[in-house]
Amino acid sequence: MDKDVPRATHDLGGVSKFMCEPVDVEPHALTDFDREVDAVRAILGLKKVMSVDELRRGIEAIPEADYLRLSYYQRWVRSIVDNLLVKGVITEAELRAALEAER
Amino acid sequence: MTVLASGQRVRVKNDWPETRGPCHIRTPHYVRGEEGVVMRHLGDFPNPEDLAFARPAALRPLYHVAFAQPSIWHEGSAGDVVQVEIFGHWLEPA
Amino acid sequence: MNILETESGRLLNAVRGLLTAKGILSPAEIAERIAITDAGSPAQGARMVARAWINPEYRALMLRDGTIAAEAMGIVMRGMPPLGVLENSSEVHNLVVCTLCSCYPRAVLGYPPFWYKSAAYRARAVRDPRGLLKEWGTVLPERVKLRVVDSTADYRWMVLPLRPAGTEGWSEEKLVSIVREGDMIGVTIPVLPG
Repeated sequence: MDKDVPRATHDLGGVSKFMCEPVDVEPHALTDFDREVDAVRAILGLKKVMSVDELRRGIEAIPEADYLRLSYYQRWVRSIVDNLLVKGVITEAELRAALEAER
Repeated sequence: MTVLASGQRVRVKNDWPETRGPCHIRTPHYVRGEEGVVMRHLGDFPNPEDLAFARPAALRPLYHVAFAQPSIWHEGSAGDVVQVEIFGHWLEPA
Repeated sequence: MNILETESGRLLNAVRGLLTAKGILSPAEIAERIAITDAGSPAQGARMVARAWINPEYRALMLRDGTIAAEAMGIVMRGMPPLGVLENSSEVHNLVVCTLCSCYPRAVLGYPPFWYKSAAYRARAVRDPRGLLKEWGTVLPERVKLRVVDSTADYRWMVLPLRPAGTEGWSEEKLVSIVREGDMIGVTIPVLPG
């Protein structure tokens, strides 16, 4: 039974709705996308642009439905972009322009 | 800063900063308000609650605290333990 | 639409381009970092375990200061979080989890496995660890107490498993070969091959 408390989405210890969920114990190889996201985060940390604590905060801010739906590294990308915008490393205008240019 | 001794019984504060605005808390929900035992002082580290917002972060003592599993969940095997890293500012003597 | 809801592949490409243009990183640095991280693997932790099984002084060092013990095996720990080592015994079996995210002893074990990061693992480990261990076919005797360690802060944790019976006289290299990733997280116990 879950305590009636304002539990944050990511705070998953003992949460009832997952207690009967099977664990997929098979190894799943990381994709190129996964590796690249991991590397970008590591470099941003080494260069003191964004800390792992800031990464976690950004992930925790993802609304519950998206948090549970997105893959692990998709959550990282969302948090990295969120942090870069909030910290003014990139602007939303720059990002929109870069996304447009991709089309 | 006073360091809690190994063997000290402590209670985790039943506090919910999540209700007061954006925050980053590393004390899991399932131990808040629960009683446990300090196993050891792990060292002093910058407070992640501040690091997460790029604020200056004071060093805070970090403890390994053991909780009897059955007492948290009202289920589980006697003698089983959950051990959690908890910062001193979340702990009070029990 | 909230820009954060853009498909992640597109976001990654856009951000990589912007960060490169701003001189913050480059594709070459990304490739280099991927190569470095890819080189990490559970074999590093396995070497520490095998050494501890053979050498009581190293075992004592590993339990006293995991970071220094890792460095003694040539593992780079500079800039890495402190490493804590949890000793399995005939009375206590340790299991590592990070319920809040996925903190994992990457410096000695490499990337965390897919299952370690799953909601099911993170939820079940602290509340029903014995049921969870059955997913790997691991059953502990009743008299063995289970200690679940939730990695919530600065430390990263690995398990020093019990050396299995039947390995007396084995070389260190042969011992390394039977230590698996799951043994050092606590979801499995080392077994003899065959």
